[in-house]
Amino acid sequence: MPKLVIDGREIEVPAGVTVLQACEAAGVEVPRFCYHERLSIAGNCRMCLVEMEKSPKPIASCAMPAADGMVIRTDSPMAKKARKGVMEFLLINHPLDCPICDQGGECDLQDQAMAYGFDRSRYIENKRAVEDKEFGPLVKTSMTRCIHCTRCIRFATEVAGVEDLGATGRGEHMEVGTYVEKALASEMSGNIIDLCPVGALTSKPYAFTARPWELRKTESVDVMDAIGSNIRVDARGNEVMRVLPRLNEDINEEWISDKTRFACDGLKRQRLDRPYVRRRGKLVEATWPEAFGAIAEAVKDLSGEKIAAIVGDQCDAESMVVLKDLVAQLGSPNVDCRQDRAKLDASCRAGYLFNTTIAGIESADVALLIGTDPRREAAIVNTRLRKRHRMGGFAVGVIGPHNDLTYKYDYLGGGGQTLVELANGRHGFAEKLKAAKRPMLILGQGALARPDGAAVLGVARKLAESFGMVRGADHASGAWNGFNVLHTAAARVGGLDLGLVPGPKGRDVAGILDGAEAGDIKVVFLLAADEINTKRLGKAFVIYQGHHGDSGAQRADVILPGAAYTEKNGTYVNTEGRVQHGYAAISPPGDAREDWKILRALSERLGFKPAYDSLKQVRARLNEVSPTFGRPDAIVPSAWGQFGQAQSQVQPQPFLSTVVNFYMTDPIGRASVTMAKCTQAFVLKSAGKTGTDG
Amino acid sequence: MTSNPAKAVQPKSFAFTAENLARAQKIIARYPQGRQASAVLPLLDLAQRQAGGWLPLAAMDHVAGILEMASIRVYEVATFYSMFNLEPVGRYLVQVCTTTPCWLCGSEAVAKACEDTLGIRFGETTPDGLFTLKEVECLGACVNAPMVQINDDYYEDLDADRVRAVLQALKAGTKPKPGSQTGRQTSAPAGAPTTLTAAKGAGGS
Amino acid sequence: MLRDSDRVFTNLYGQADWRLNAARARGDWDGTKDLIAKGRDWMVEQVKASGLRGRGGAGFPTGLKWSFMPKQPTGRPHYLVVNADEGEPGTCKDRDILRHDPHKFLEGCLLASFAMGAGTCYIYIRGEFYAEASNMQVAIDEAYAAGLIGKNACGSGFDCDIHLHRGAGAYICGEEMALIESLEGKKGQPRLKPPFPAAMGLYGCPTTVNNVETIAVVPAILRRGGAWFAGIGRPKNSGTKIFCISGHVNKPCNVEEEMGIPMRELIDRHAGGVRGGWDNLQAVIPGGSSVPVLPKSICDTVLMDFDALRDVQSGLGTAAVIVMDKSNDIVRAIARLSKFYKHESCGQCTPCREGTGWMWRVMERLVRGDARIDEIDALEEVTRQVEGHTICALGDAAAWPIQGLIRHFRPELERRIHARAAAGAAHAAE
Repeated sequence: MPKLVIDGREIEVPAGVTVLQACEAAGVEVPRFCYHERLSIAGNCRMCLVEMEKSPKPIASCAMPAADGMVIRTDSPMAKKARKGVMEFLLINHPLDCPICDQGGECDLQDQAMAYGFDRSRYIENKRAVEDKEFGPLVKTSMTRCIHCTRCIRFATEVAGVEDLGATGRGEHMEVGTYVEKALASEMSGNIIDLCPVGALTSKPYAFTARPWELRKTESVDVMDAIGSNIRVDARGNEVMRVLPRLNEDINEEWISDKTRFACDGLKRQRLDRPYVRRRGKLVEATWPEAFGAIAEAVKDLSGEKIAAIVGDQCDAESMVVLKDLVAQLGSPNVDCRQDRAKLDASCRAGYLFNTTIAGIESADVALLIGTDPRREAAIVNTRLRKRHRMGGFAVGVIGPHNDLTYKYDYLGGGGQTLVELANGRHGFAEKLKAAKRPMLILGQGALARPDGAAVLGVARKLAESFGMVRGADHASGAWNGFNVLHTAAARVGGLDLGLVPGPKGRDVAGILDGAEAGDIKVVFLLAADEINTKRLGKAFVIYQGHHGDSGAQRADVILPGAAYTEKNGTYVNTEGRVQHGYAAISPPGDAREDWKILRALSERLGFKPAYDSLKQVRARLNEVSPTFGRPDAIVPSAWGQFGQAQSQVQPQPFLSTVVNFYMTDPIGRASVTMAKCTQAFVLKSAGKTGTDG
Repeated sequence: MTSNPAKAVQPKSFAFTAENLARAQKIIARYPQGRQASAVLPLLDLAQRQAGGWLPLAAMDHVAGILEMASIRVYEVATFYSMFNLEPVGRYLVQVCTTTPCWLCGSEAVAKACEDTLGIRFGETTPDGLFTLKEVECLGACVNAPMVQINDDYYEDLDADRVRAVLQALKAGTKPKPGSQTGRQTSAPAGAPTTLTAAKGAGGS
Repeated sequence: MLRDSDRVFTNLYGQADWRLNAARARGDWDGTKDLIAKGRDWMVEQVKASGLRGRGGAGFPTGLKWSFMPKQPTGRPHYLVVNADEGEPGTCKDRDILRHDPHKFLEGCLLASFAMGAGTCYIYIRGEFYAEASNMQVAIDEAYAAGLIGKNACGSGFDCDIHLHRGAGAYICGEEMALIESLEGKKGQPRLKPPFPAAMGLYGCPTTVNNVETIAVVPAILRRGGAWFAGIGRPKNSGTKIFCISGHVNKPCNVEEEMGIPMRELIDRHAGGVRGGWDNLQAVIPGGSSVPVLPKSICDTVLMDFDALRDVQSGLGTAAVIVMDKSNDIVRAIARLSKFYKHESCGQCTPCREGTGWMWRVMERLVRGDARIDEIDALEEVTRQVEGHTICALGDAAAWPIQGLIRHFRPELERRIHARAAAGAAHAAE
C-alpha cells in the first residue's frame, strides 16, 4: 500500500491506483475531461496535470501510478498554471454558443472554465469550424464543440463493442466520427451523450426541449426489460423530458440501453386517459362508475372457471398482488403472468432467477448461452458479458441465435439436439465447462417459450448440476450458482414470486386463449397484457387495464386507464430476483389512476372488502405472499430444488430469441417515435427492408 | 486530409491482385502471430500503388478485412499519414518541400517554376491527369536543398531552371536521373572532398 | 579535425559500392561472431565506456538505455526497434547511412539486438525514403543469404531476425512511443510514459528504440573499444558525429566530424563557409528545427556538442546545422517551422493540438508586423503553456524555436510591428 503526500497530507492508497484516484481518496478534486473510471486511460486532455516533487514538468495524474513516497501538489503555482493553460487551449477553438447548447447547465467545460479558467480570451485568430456528423436518430452532433477527449471512441470500442467511432485526420484537423457516414449501430449508443463532457454529442430527441435547471429529477427503476436498470426520470410540469442512468454497480453500473433512455417519448402518445366501454361494437368514453358497472354486469353470476386474467410484462408487483387477490375472490384459478408461454416453474425460485447476478458475471470463467440473444434481450447483461470477455480468460458457448454479440464465442449449434449432447458430455464444449472453475449458463426465454420448454428447463438444470454450476448453499459461503434464467419482462419475476400462475385445474395463457376461443372462458382480464394474440379471445368479455392503446385495448370491451411506470410508485423484481422500488415522476394523464388503486376500487365495487387501503398496506400484503419483497435492493439467496421436466423429449428445432426488434418490445416502445426511427434505421435497414414492407 | 471521403469518386470494389496478395502475405509474416495489424501501413501502400496512386475506401476496407481490423481503425491510419492520397492524383505526384532548410535555399522559386511549368497550383492536377502538385513538409534531404519528390524519386539541388528541366523531361516521356541535379556526389560538399581523402578502406576496423 | 582513420562512415557519400562484398572490404561484418562471443555484459560495458549518447536528438546515454532492458528472460520476446524515421528539418544523416552503409548499420542492429537479448529487430524507416528502403532491403536479403542474420547469425548461435518497416509520412513517428504505436498498425500518437518501452514497448514487450546513427557506430566501438570512442571529443560528449550543414553556406553537405568541433570551424572547413563570409552570418539553428536559434555572437565561439550547446540555451539535437545569412528573414524562417509543427502535431493532446496552430497563426502575423507589442509576450507565454505540458516532446519542439527567436531577435519583431503601425498611420494621414 503506497503512502504519498497530497497537498501536504499523507494518505495511504491501495496498490495500483493512479495519482488522480489517490487525490480523490484524499478528498482533493482534480479536474479532468478525458479520464473516466470505466474507460481506458487516454491522458490526452492534460487537464489533470499536477505537480510532482522531483519532476521538472507537471504530470498527468490520471495516468501516473501512485507510488510510495510521492509528493503531489494540486494547488501549487505550477499546477494551477498548467491547468489554466490547458483550459485556455480547450477554449480557443470552442464556440461561445453556450446559450444555444443543450449541454448548458450540465457542461464539464463550462463548470471547469468557471473554476480554473481565465476570465477573458487572448485568442484573436479565427476559430475552427468542424462539419457535424450524422450518427442516426439518437445522437445529435455539434462537432465544432468537440474537445477530442475520445471518451465516446473508447466507450464504443471498449464497452459497447461496436468499433465504429474513431478520430480521423491529425493535428488540429483531427475529427471524431465514423469517417464514412454511419448511424451508431449499438443498443448502448446513448451513453456517449452522458460521457461527452461538452455539447458535441447531445440527445437528438431531447434537443432544445428543456434546460437542466427546469427539470424535476426522480430516481426510479426501468421496466423496458427485466434488468431493472436504475434510472433518473427528468420531468418538467407533467411531462417526462428524458431518462438518464443512475449509478448501480450491481446492475447497470452507469450505463443504460437506448430503449431505456429513449423510449420515453412513447409515454406521451396513444395514452389511455379515461375509461371506455364498448357499446354497439364501438368503444365510447365512460366514467369510472360506468366502466366498473359494465364489469360487474359481465362477471355477475359467472362461476370462477369461466373467468381468467393475464398479466402483462411491465406491471408493478402492487397491482399484480391486488389482481391475484381479486381473481381468487372471483373463484378463478385461471391466471398467468407468462404471456410468452415460457414454461417457467414458479415453485422453485432458483429455477427462474439469474442466480449468478449481473455483477457475478465478472467472476465466471465460462458462459453457456442457451436460446438467448442477450444483446437484444438485455443489453446491460450483454455489456457485462463483454466486460468479462475483455478481462480475458473467458469462454462463451452459444446454443441458439447466431448473432453478433460484440464478443467472440463458440457457436455450438442451433437447438435442442446440441443442448442434449452437451448435457450428456458428448460435445467438445463440455471439456471447457468441465475445466471451468466458475461456469455459468444463461437460459433465454427463446428456449423456454416453446412446447418443449419444460423439458429444456429440466435439461438445463441437469446440465448445471452435472457441470458443477451449482455448489453450496448460498453466495455468502463462497458458493457458486451458475444457473441463470434471463427474463425479458420487467414484471415476470415479481409475477412468479407472487404465484401468478394457474392454480389447481387452472389454465395458463395458452389454455385461456383456447378457452376464450371455444367459448368456455367468458371474461378475460388483461392487466396491461398486449403481447398475446388478441384475435384468439373469441367472444369473451375483455377488460383491459393499462396505459397504452395497444393491441389489448383495441380488443377490450372495457378499458380501465392505468399508469405507466413513470407515473406510479411501484415495486419490480428484476431477473436476478432483486426487489426495487420505482417512483412516480409525474401523475397519470387525465382520469388514469395508479393501477393497484383501480383494482382495489374494482374489488370493492364487485363486493369484496380488500384488506388494504394504502400503498404501505399493499406492500405488507406483498410481503405476506413472498417475504422477498421485504428486502428491497438485496439479493436473497434462493434454495436449489427440482424444476423442469428433464425426462421429456427436447425437440431439435433451433432456439430463437423472443426479441426480434430490440426497440419495440412493449406498448411504450411501440408508441415511441424515436423507437420507430431506430427500427427504421437499425432493424429494417439491416434486414434490407423499408418501413413500407408489410 | 479530407474528412469527406465522398468528395472523390469511389470505386465500388477493390481486391488485391494475386501477385499483390502474395506480397501482402509475405509482409504479414514479418510480424508475430496475432499482430497482423502491424502490416497496415505496407498493405495500404501496396493498395495505393495498385489503385493508381490513391486509396479508395474500398481498398481500405479490403485491407481491414485481410488484417481483421475494424474499418474505422484503417480509416484513422489512412487519414493520419500524409503519404496516403484520399483522392485521385496524377501520374506524377510532384511534392515540393518548402520547409525552412529548402525555403532558405530557394524553394519558393522552385515552387513557382513548378506552378508555371505545369499551369496548376498546389493541390491541383493538370487536366491531362499527368501531374499533381503538392506542398510537402521536410523530406530529409536538407543538404541538397531545395528538392522535390516525384513519385518515389528525390530530385535535389534544384533551382527554377533545373526543376523545369525535370518536369519537361517527364512531360516528354523520359525519366530524368534522380538525385542531385548539379551532378555532385550525393551529400558531399560540392567540388573537392574535405574528408575521406585518404586511401579507400580506412576506418571501420 | 577528425582523422580519416577515426571515421566510422567511410562510405558516407556513396563513393563506393554499398553492397555486401564492398562493405566487407571496408571492414564490416569482420569477426562479428567473436564480438558476440564476448557476451552481452561486455558489450553493454563497452558502449557505456564509449560515452555514446543517442544520436536521435535527445542525447540519452546509450549504454544506460540498454541496461534498462530486463537481464533475465521474461518469457516475453525482447525487441530492438531502430528509428530510421528521419524527419527533423535540417537532418539527413541517417539517410546516408541507410543508402550508403546499410551493412555497417545492419551489423550494428545484430550486435545491439544481442546486447539486449532481442530476437527480433524492426527498422522503422520513413516512407518517403523509398530508394534508401530499397537499398536496405537488398542489404537485409544479402545478409540473410550470407547467414549473417537470421538463425545462428554469423555462426554465433544467436538467432536474430531483422525486418524493415516503412512508415507513411508522419514526423511524429520519430518519437519513440509514436513509432511503436505506428509499428503496431495504429496512428502515430505517442503513448503515455510510464510504462517505459524497456518494460512495455512493442506488443507490450521489453523494447529499446535507438537511432540509426547510434546503432551504426556500435560495431566500431566494439571493435576498437569504448575507450577509443571516448577519446574523441570532450568528456560526456564523446565520439564522432555526422553533421548536416544546410542553408546559407557555400557548400552544404553532410560530414562526419569530432564531437565538440567549433561551429565556425565546421562550417568553414567542410561547408565552404557562410555565403558572403562569416561576417555575413545572421544566425544558426545548430541541431535541427527543434532547438532554439543562436545569433552570430554565440556562433562565433560555440562548440558543437550536447553540453556546450545546452549551456547557450540551445541543443545539439540531431546536429543539423541550419545556417542563415544576413539576407534572411529570420521571422519567416521560424514561422515556417511553426507551420511545420502545426502540420505534424498528432492532435492527441490539447496543448499541442491547439497550441501549435495558435503559435503559427501569431507567428504569421509577426512576419508582417501585424500585431501589438504585448502579443510578443503573450506568444512567449503560450509557448510556455505548451512546453512541458504535452504527452511527448513535440510540444517542446514547437515552442523552443519561437522562444529562441524572441530571446535573440525581439528587436526585429518590435521593429516590424512599429514599421507596420507607422505605415498604417501614414496611410491614414493621407
